[in-house]
Amino acid sequence: MLEEVKGGPLLEVRHVSQRYKGGSDDEAPAVLDDVSTTLSRGEIVGLLGRSGCGKSTLLRIVSGLIRPSAGEVVYQGKALTGPADGVAMVFQSFALFPWLSVLENVEIGLKALKIAPDEARRRALAAIDLIGLDGYESAYPKELSGGMRQRVGFARAVVTHPNILLMDEPFSALDVLTAETLRSDLIDLWSEGRLPIKSILMVTHNIEEAVLMCDRILVLSSHPGRIASEIRVTLPHPRNRLDPVFRQLVDNIYALMTRRSASKQPGKDGLFPGTGIGMVLPRVSTNSLAGLIEEVAAEPYSGRADLPHLADSLQMEIDDLFPIAETLQLMRFAELEEGDIKLTGAGRRFADAEVDARKKQFGDHLIAYVPLAARIKRVLDERPSHVANAARFREELEDYMSEDYAEKTLRSAINWGRYGEVYAYDEDNRSFSLENPT
Amino acid sequence: MASKFVAFTSLGRRSLPNQWDLIALSLIFGLFVLVARGSHDMTVPLPAPDAAPITLDYAYLPYYALRTTLRMFLALAASLAFTLTYATLAAKSRRAEAVLIPLLDVLQSVPILGFLSFTVTFFLGLFPGSSLGAELACIFAIFTSQAWNMAFSFYQSLRTVPGDLAEVSEGFRLSPWQTFWQLETPFAMPGLIYNTMMSMSGGWFFVVAAEAITVGDTTIKLPGIGSYLATAIDQKDIGAVLVAVAMVLVVILLYDQLVFRPIVAFSDKFKVELSASQTVSKSWVLDLLARTFWVRRAAEPLARAFDWFTSLRLDLPAFGRRRAEPSRAVSRAVDVAWFAVIALIAVYAGWQAVLFIATTLDWHDVLTTIGLTLITMVRVVVLLVLASFVWVPIAVWIGLRPRIAQRVQPAAQFLAAFPANVVFPIAVVGILTFHLDPDIWLSFLIIFGTQWYIVFNVIAGASAFPNDLREAAANFRISGLTWWFRVMIPGIFPYYVTGALTASGGSWNAAIVAEYVKWGNDKVSASGIGAYIAQATEAGDFPRIVLGVAMMSIFVILYNRLLWRPLFSYAERRLRLS
Repeated sequence: MLEEVKGGPLLEVRHVSQRYKGGSDDEAPAVLDDVSTTLSRGEIVGLLGRSGCGKSTLLRIVSGLIRPSAGEVVYQGKALTGPADGVAMVFQSFALFPWLSVLENVEIGLKALKIAPDEARRRALAAIDLIGLDGYESAYPKELSGGMRQRVGFARAVVTHPNILLMDEPFSALDVLTAETLRSDLIDLWSEGRLPIKSILMVTHNIEEAVLMCDRILVLSSHPGRIASEIRVTLPHPRNRLDPVFRQLVDNIYALMTRRSASKQPGKDGLFPGTGIGMVLPRVSTNSLAGLIEEVAAEPYSGRADLPHLADSLQMEIDDLFPIAETLQLMRFAELEEGDIKLTGAGRRFADAEVDARKKQFGDHLIAYVPLAARIKRVLDERPSHVANAARFREELEDYMSEDYAEKTLRSAINWGRYGEVYAYDEDNRSFSLENPT
Repeated sequence: MASKFVAFTSLGRRSLPNQWDLIALSLIFGLFVLVARGSHDMTVPLPAPDAAPITLDYAYLPYYALRTTLRMFLALAASLAFTLTYATLAAKSRRAEAVLIPLLDVLQSVPILGFLSFTVTFFLGLFPGSSLGAELACIFAIFTSQAWNMAFSFYQSLRTVPGDLAEVSEGFRLSPWQTFWQLETPFAMPGLIYNTMMSMSGGWFFVVAAEAITVGDTTIKLPGIGSYLATAIDQKDIGAVLVAVAMVLVVILLYDQLVFRPIVAFSDKFKVELSASQTVSKSWVLDLLARTFWVRRAAEPLARAFDWFTSLRLDLPAFGRRRAEPSRAVSRAVDVAWFAVIALIAVYAGWQAVLFIATTLDWHDVLTTIGLTLITMVRVVVLLVLASFVWVPIAVWIGLRPRIAQRVQPAAQFLAAFPANVVFPIAVVGILTFHLDPDIWLSFLIIFGTQWYIVFNVIAGASAFPNDLREAAANFRISGLTWWFRVMIPGIFPYYVTGALTASGGSWNAAIVAEYVKWGNDKVSASGIGAYIAQATEAGDFPRIVLGVAMMSIFVILYNRLLWRPLFSYAERRLRLS
């Protein structure tokens, strides 16, 4: 195990906030709100959170790729003004240049540093050797499997001998087995002190991955992104997923993350960011919603399920499972508490009902609890023609959120409304109406 | 078929003409007037450059072919240089972009032979008594047929560089110069090369037209296939015409095999895709080069020099990626000043163009050109519809049979590259012999060279039609008109639009040559704006040339915006099967 070397922090994040740039300055929703933390030598720190909590944004702020709206990042005694020497990043999508061979991809990390070609070649080969890419030097990325590609990503970052290695969900685009191999290879190299790196900051939405790899986990809450809690993991490497202490930690973090999202702030309706019509809706299919209700209603859960357990048996990551569970909570089909999901009376009735009754019930709940759906319905009712253009609602949404989120939210409202037969949507004219084609 | 790389990328944008188009129009035609005036004042009439007269001896043909090919290469080099600078500037500077892109849009719509009418006298005036001026004019004509397309493609690529790769370059602190060569240019390569190849096809058409041209009293014949052909036509030597046609075929074939195939196969490497693609472009030349020892050895120092050149940091303060951003108020003020200057120049240029036209022409001429342009437009539309009715069913039939498609496809692409104007004189012979109505029969020449774009795009579309959909259609016994309108036509529509759009652009250009054709002293002309421009060019009547070209450009812009852009975006949005 690695001895923790004490010293001044390698990097310091001071009161960083980031706002969505679309709206006016004061009312723009915050992506990150007053985040402060430090990164010290010899530690792996995980940023754990749901999609949309700003963890990737925070990582990019630390890397110097984005500048925060407020606050600063201090690295080597100076505030960061752009990408700095000694900070290298590994990407979720690998981000390899398809026209460069493995060796050339690794060398590109040294291009900016004005290193003599011979020296660059030597260092690149050493990095390739270290990461286990021997023999692949002249291959092109498209010839490689995902795991091998990400190894190139690691080699390219390591070759610059960075002080800090930043990783943006580096394993989430890989299959389970490949990801596990890469994780353990990385941890082995790290524990043996063979990586020319002083500290690692990684973003993940996988709770087990965070517990497996990190010395310290920062759990970020969503909308706005804040550090909800900080957890130290002192288990020695290599860690065993079946170790009761490990399991307990995972359970605790689940509970932490659902508790946070279940707590209601005054003036906030539900769990999603924004209030009323400005609420950002996740893209969740009605099949998933019905499926989860059925799963929880059936044996062995009989209406109440432990989320980590459920995620495990359904082979879902929290980013897949949480939005579904939270949508059920928003529509009062279920409640989330302490890492559990519990069906409400309505949820149980839904599970037992036939198709038409389910759609009717879903439609009623949709209008009652999803403000955007209620708004669309009301506008349609009020108009003599019972037709309304989608652009009208999209523009309204864009006052509260970015274009992407507005599109996503509107899409969800369309899909849910179609299932509940509350209103119809015509893709050709991009308009809502009350009538389905007859 | 990589039809997504075709240069109509500009079509995704808003479609109605706006103030920027007006500004661009004024700027371009203001410049034309300036050029026309300047060259007019220099020396009238210009002495024809003392070049060796063209001989119809067959033995000279290879030499002429070589000269023509050389011109093509020089024009290509010029287009490439233009692309790398113009498009980069447009992509990197918001203020430059607002002017440069509409300008490019309008330039694309100006008939290419229209440029020729202006520039010949200008270039001749630059180098009096030498054939250099004429060479430059000819090269410039080919340049105008390639550069706009290529620049658009490059600009579009620069704007769509994958975000994660851009972050890598920035994160590893590559300088803007390094990023340009390591990321942006390689990323733009496949699109750029595809577009170059496509515009090269058009280039043959214009090199043939531009080598031998008469503007007023100045007649130029540069040694080349185009002049050989023109001389053969003057002397009514049908044998020489046929030999020239054969020579053009050979040259295009060689060009394709020796130059473009290798480059396209090479550019496959730059495609951003997750897995090795199924269809790999092959080139025997490239394979050969890869196997030789000496060539590779010789190329090594070159490669190393290029590598060194692109790895320089060149940190120029002016190109700093992020300077301190000026405050919003300052930035707005600069914006206002910048656009005000542009608007003023545009108003002045437009006014000059109007004054120039008004020296000898009045409103009646304007009305005449509008009428003539309408006639030409009807011709283009009707023929496009006719060609579609004929070719779409045939092309679909071919495309659904992979073995046949494999053979027909290269032939169709080849026909698209073949300069149709070399066979125009033969049509004249036919019209004169059978006393046909030129207004009708010359029309077919407009579509003659461009219909192949429809053919090979539709073949590509039908080949790419998903097999499971075909099986589903067969399973539910969908046939007859339902099969065409519900299954096949929606499936090939994006490809068809791409092909028809290319064909329509080419047809407008061809009109200048096709509506006014000569055979010896016999001239056959149809009424239309093409004949109007061609006759004005022959007479050296600059106000008429400006008016005719401007009118045609305006119509082409409107026609593209009001018809093709909406169709194109509809096809992209609803009917793209992937």
